[in-house]
Amino acid sequence: MTKDECKKVVLDIIADIAPDEDLSNVKPDVRLRDQLQLDSMDFLDIVMELRKRHGIEVPEADYMQLASLDSSAEYLTPKFNALAAKR
Amino acid sequence: MKPARIVITGVGLTAPNGNSLPEFRQNLLNGIAGIERIEVRYMGQQLAGVCHYDALKYQKKKEIRVGTRAGSISIYCAREALADSGVQFEGMAKDRIGIYIGCTEHGNVETENEIYGISKFGYDTKFWSHYHNPRTVANNPAGEASLNLGITGPAYTIGAACAAGNLGLIHATQMLRLGEVDFAICGGVSESIHTFGIFAGFKSQNALATHEDPKKASRPFDKARNGIVISEGGCLYTLERLVDAQARGAKIYAEIAGYHVNSDASDYVLPNPQRQSECIRAAIGRAGLQPRDIHIVNTHATATPLGDIQECEAIRAVFGEGCPETSINNTKSYIGHAMGAAGALELAGNLPSFDDLTVHPSINVDDLDPQCALPGLVLNQPRKVAKVDTILNNSFGMLGINSTLIVKRFLP
Repeated sequence: MTKDECKKVVLDIIADIAPDEDLSNVKPDVRLRDQLQLDSMDFLDIVMELRKRHGIEVPEADYMQLASLDSSAEYLTPKFNALAAKR
Repeated sequence: MKPARIVITGVGLTAPNGNSLPEFRQNLLNGIAGIERIEVRYMGQQLAGVCHYDALKYQKKKEIRVGTRAGSISIYCAREALADSGVQFEGMAKDRIGIYIGCTEHGNVETENEIYGISKFGYDTKFWSHYHNPRTVANNPAGEASLNLGITGPAYTIGAACAAGNLGLIHATQMLRLGEVDFAICGGVSESIHTFGIFAGFKSQNALATHEDPKKASRPFDKARNGIVISEGGCLYTLERLVDAQARGAKIYAEIAGYHVNSDASDYVLPNPQRQSECIRAAIGRAGLQPRDIHIVNTHATATPLGDIQECEAIRAVFGEGCPETSINNTKSYIGHAMGAAGALELAGNLPSFDDLTVHPSINVDDLDPQCALPGLVLNQPRKVAKVDTILNNSFGMLGINSTLIVKRFLP
């Protein structure tokens, strides 16, 4: 998985948990909370959906890694690739 | 000191056969029921009353996703009632508004969904939603309405089984009289059709209706009745002290005349006609009326073989043969049993009788059970009457809770 593909995975999840938001111009280097109406429960949703849909675990200590699309991709892409390698 | 006079100034509702009072009333007069078949988890096709209101009228998609169906119904009904009341909501002191919503049960839908959800993950509870607790707390429907409306006064639910809709209005009346709030949004809601447990429970009690034609399935008083049709729905009212309503020139639907709540203390599920008649009599007495002064009795009858007979026994004991101006009807024949919303919806369906002097009938009575043959029963066709000054609404529930609410035509 590339980092761009990883960003798409995260954006697809956000599209479901924040269905009123326009996601066409999300800036990858800006904090998601600064450009979208997302609260702490929504971030727990992102964590839950990564677990449910993709088997990816994000420990609480790493939640801050999901702050922006860029940081999410930086953090999650190796996890996705490690998981793919196991399969 | 006489208690403050309390009046109904707005109605917001969603029923299986209407999403506003005019639409609901028209369908009650036209004999149009709203029962359909739905897929119920583990149980296949079942009969149910489903509401088709536009949730997006007052909620964002995210609110609907995060919240509950009962919360959504509450928001819709509360907003509709406020709009109907004509109150200038923006200028109101939000901490002086109370939200009191009756519920039969709350939380089963979400808990069932979560258990079903984790069953797909080997029952690993790390897949259990972080929304489960806010969705299942008993105050959820009222809390969601307070969030949506920015109301900061007391907002909570009243658990009273299927008497809960009446209890919402009764509790609001009490809080207005106590001066706890200046304006109340009250009534009842139900999301019950979204839990398989209630269907399975009634089926295990042999109390779940079946019929090849869904719209004929709910048939109180008919010999062939075979149980309850479960429905969702909601009906919330705006209640105010008369002086406040008059000061703002509000339209007044009716005045609260009297009420009573009691308990059977005799069985978990079987009704007790003695206690029911005591409840009805007490409400009439507290309204300063006699049974012959009641012009419409809206029954609770749910179409169970025994329950209908027992309520008729209670009504017969109070009204007997000496109340020629008393008409008796039933609303569940159209919409099924809307549980916590039932009492509030059924009262609303009768309120227009003050203006049109017409009593909506009970439908689906092809062969009247002689044990339910009350004098004054209005069957299958609406009845024009000379006078409607009072409406008495019965709502009873499991664990033996009985409620009777009487409203009267508003006369200054």
